[in-house]
Amino acid sequence: MNSFLEFEKPLADIEGKLKELKHLAEDGDVDVSSEIAKLETRSDLLLRETYEDLGAWQKTQVARHADRPHYLDYVEGLIEDFTTLAGDRGFGEDKAILGGLGRFRGRSVMVIGQEKGSNTTDRIKHNFGMAQPEGYRKAVRLMKLAEKNNIPVITFVDTAGAHPGIEAEERGQAEAIARSIDTGLSLKVPFISIVIGEGGSGGAIALAAGNTVLMLEHAIYSVITPEGCASILWRSGDKARDAAEAMKLTAQDLLELGVIDKIIKEPLGGAHRGAAETITATGDALAEALDNLVEKDGETLRLERRQKFLDMGRAGIA
Amino acid sequence: MNWLTNFVRPKIRALVRKQDDRETLWEKCPSCGQMIFHRDLDAAMRVCPHCDHHMRLNARQRLEQLLDDGTIERIAVPDVPADPLKFRDVKKYTDRLKDARAKTSEDEAMVVASGTMNGLGIITCVQNFAFMGGSMGLAAGEAMLAGAERAVADSKPLIIFAAAGGARMQEGILSLMQMPRTTIAVEMVQEAGLPYIVVLTDPTTGGVTASYAMIGDIHIAEPGALIGFAGQRVIQDTIREKLPDGFQRAEYLLEHGMIDMVVHRHELRDTLSRIVDMMMNRDESRIIKSLAALPPAVDAPSEEKTDADDASDAAPVETDS
Repeated sequence: MNSFLEFEKPLADIEGKLKELKHLAEDGDVDVSSEIAKLETRSDLLLRETYEDLGAWQKTQVARHADRPHYLDYVEGLIEDFTTLAGDRGFGEDKAILGGLGRFRGRSVMVIGQEKGSNTTDRIKHNFGMAQPEGYRKAVRLMKLAEKNNIPVITFVDTAGAHPGIEAEERGQAEAIARSIDTGLSLKVPFISIVIGEGGSGGAIALAAGNTVLMLEHAIYSVITPEGCASILWRSGDKARDAAEAMKLTAQDLLELGVIDKIIKEPLGGAHRGAAETITATGDALAEALDNLVEKDGETLRLERRQKFLDMGRAGIA
Repeated sequence: MNWLTNFVRPKIRALVRKQDDRETLWEKCPSCGQMIFHRDLDAAMRVCPHCDHHMRLNARQRLEQLLDDGTIERIAVPDVPADPLKFRDVKKYTDRLKDARAKTSEDEAMVVASGTMNGLGIITCVQNFAFMGGSMGLAAGEAMLAGAERAVADSKPLIIFAAAGGARMQEGILSLMQMPRTTIAVEMVQEAGLPYIVVLTDPTTGGVTASYAMIGDIHIAEPGALIGFAGQRVIQDTIREKLPDGFQRAEYLLEHGMIDMVVHRHELRDTLSRIVDMMMNRDESRIIKSLAALPPAVDAPSEEKTDADDASDAAPVETDS
């Protein structure tokens, strides 16, 4: 792994040493195999210890890690015959939210998600996963299309928030998000949402009003970014770490609060250390959630989804 | 004890106090800076007689302006868990709540009431910007749901007055969850075939705009109201350009097709009555014209125009994006 996060520095040091030793071993003069074994054990242990007990701010960094699998990686790994459907039919094609038809383990599904991009060019192309109103309007169109054809809807959430800009406001960013929430809540087909990285604010809930909401172990989901919260309540962006801790934005906190239904375990050291493993685990969790929903009739799905959100905050909170 | 302490001092105190009271009898318009006598301001429904600036109303003032005298019935909102996250920033959330309650004499940022408006029965939810910026948390969610349930039970229209900086950050993710929850409240009213009308007042931003405030059957805004999703500072920080004049104001939203109309506060009650009456699609109008005439024009107070330059209604409004 090339890019280490700030809190992973001790890990980086050990791995640096390991690399050196391995070089030495290749030269063949000295036998360092026992040293290497020792260091590898230490490295594993340290990784385990670090990741067993990540704080909210550390999780925020992991959730935003550039090497973490993004939406299109999941599409590639899980969806066959993926066929992109573009445009909101009113103004344009947003590239922060992408969607289309595909097959998931044999079933037709409608897949919609936020793509952050994995390199600078892609990140700019996808506007860092921050959608314009057209993105949400396209999502509404695709959700309705899925409903008409009795196809389950699967959304992948990974955004810092909807795009804040003059044009976005002009074209009704707020209305587009509101309509997307409304449409998601009214669907008479199974609707599963997966928070894979960053679930930021209204831009996230617009795609996350599902019957079942899954969340990756080190993903975050919150009403505002920790930086935004810090700048408003603490009047200082430097307090993002404090804000992250106070906001209860980890998957573990959200499961306890009844906001999400299930946590998908990430490989040791986070999804960025094992993309394939993460994507398979996500597929398994998705298949299980889907199995639990597909037999239900449309009205039941809609009413159960509604009841789930109505119950939030009414029970189970001290 | 002598005549000085018993007689003179109270007199002096009373004199001083009267002076203080007189100060608060005059209010400065945050837009034009003119001083307005409180009775004139109340008679003008808290619209500046000089520049037409619509001042913010608290929940009580709004209900009194909207509903027929003596018909206001407050609807109880179920209790919600106080401080579910045990949240603390520079101040404890519970202390912020206490302060807001003391300041506004209200329990929470959204008030629900039933009553008649020109004789028409309605249910209304009013957001109070003075209460923690009107912010939407668990209590606002329950208030919207209580209003919606009552509207459906009584077959009455639901009219909401939005005024909020956005979600209540101290409730974290649970405040975000009020976006779907309040949306469900709206769906319940709309499914019952009842009118759901949104009046956007200054300011309505963030998660409130991106949920129940933008899915009304009809959207009405008060003149000059700030309405938007992202906060102006956030946008400015993102694009690093000057924002256009009138950006995110009611008239701007009208021009961009996001609202049906901008209505002056003096016309609001009658406009709402007319719309509700027609939307209820009855055989004949049931409007009972109220006796309350429009406020008379008010003469300028004797004070000279104060320095208007430092007066601005651009109170910082924080929103999520």
